[in-house]
Amino acid sequence: MTFIKDTLTIAAKDLSAEWRGREMLPAGVIFALLIILVFSFALETQVALRPDAAAGVFWAALTFMGVLSFNRSLAAEREAAGMDGLLLAPVSRTAIYLGKLLASLALLLVGAAVLLPIYAALYNLNIFKPGFALTLLLGLLGFTAPGTLLAAMSNQARTRDLLLPLLLLPVTMPVLIGAVEASRIFLAGGAWNEAAPWLTLLACSDVIFMAAGLLIVDQVLEE
Amino acid sequence: MLDRHNRLLAALDLLTTLLMAGAAGVVFFFTPVEATMGAVQKVFYFHVAANWAGMLGFIVAAVCAGGYLRTGSSAWDIAESAAVEIGLVFTAIGIVSGSIWAYSAWGTFWTWDPRLTTAAIMVLLYAAYFLLRQGIENPERRARFAAVYAIIGIISVPATFLSIRMFRTIHPVLVAGEETLGLTPAMQAAFFFSLAAFSFLFASLFWHRIRLGRLAEAVEIQQSQV
Repeated sequence: MTFIKDTLTIAAKDLSAEWRGREMLPAGVIFALLIILVFSFALETQVALRPDAAAGVFWAALTFMGVLSFNRSLAAEREAAGMDGLLLAPVSRTAIYLGKLLASLALLLVGAAVLLPIYAALYNLNIFKPGFALTLLLGLLGFTAPGTLLAAMSNQARTRDLLLPLLLLPVTMPVLIGAVEASRIFLAGGAWNEAAPWLTLLACSDVIFMAAGLLIVDQVLEE
Repeated sequence: MLDRHNRLLAALDLLTTLLMAGAAGVVFFFTPVEATMGAVQKVFYFHVAANWAGMLGFIVAAVCAGGYLRTGSSAWDIAESAAVEIGLVFTAIGIVSGSIWAYSAWGTFWTWDPRLTTAAIMVLLYAAYFLLRQGIENPERRARFAAVYAIIGIISVPATFLSIRMFRTIHPVLVAGEETLGLTPAMQAAFFFSLAAFSFLFASLFWHRIRLGRLAEAVEIQQSQV
């Protein structure tokens, strides 16, 4: 019970810090919008109006926004020596990891919610589909679980911000593939059973990465 | 003690050299020329063997990573980075030799097939492994983080392969129940010979690389004492 309370306290701390500083979210959303713009010029997707390309562009934008936010979440702790405080506090490291993960996930979901209407207008898509919402949640979770763990590692290295995308992107490839495929099917008006294998893939990746994170985090967070 | 090890290693080197020369000889002079693909099919014997050795390297690395996290002994760390390094080189050889074959058989150097894409992602993943090592000065922390990443890597690679496989694939499948590539007995013999030769090559390189790592560690310790 205290474990859940600790986790939620840490998540709430991260979210209130973000609410007061408003550092990550505006930057992340603007960065994601820029990526959508860059892709629409590079691929000329708005001419073709293909939902399959649109799903890929959206996840590319979310991916880079995620890298930015994981880096920020851990870098902020380093700058103010907050991580030392967290490690000294009588909470388990697993709770620190889960709390950070929840806060990052919540931020990314808020970011996605801001992005989606703009994105829907740009690509003329109907985004109000329960399957798409589920894909979003599963995909972002599968991305955040290893992202938080690897950001904790890369932030203790000399080449901090540079290192995280190099570590994270090859590892999360299955999540990205599953999320793009499922989104593509749902945005094109496909049925649940069509997307089922991809949703299964996403759910399995989520479980595996979460389990790995929970088991390994003690090795990564240290004073 | 060290002398005896060196003599064993020299013997392994000799055996590996003979086996590799033998494999090349068998592939070039003994195996029949494939009917439709012609001589370029002979790349296959080295291509599959190199990829096998590459995969072996990454699996050995993950095992060593587990050993390191359990014991904290630097011997595991040295073996782990040695295995990743060798695995990376063999995977690169596999990609290049595969491309040569693919250009002749498929008419293109590269397709986004599951195996090809997974191999490419593996190369990037384990290249990042060395960037991670490079970025951390504290040897104990470097070893710990590298071990964590080697384990996450080996978890992610099969998932990547599966997910890309859910698209369609045009890569020939070697082991799929009844269906084989139409290998004649002579081809099969050459294939397994080549596989064995590459396994020995892997073992020999692995040993050398571990020895090098230990010597480097000894030098580092002596330097710090001066």
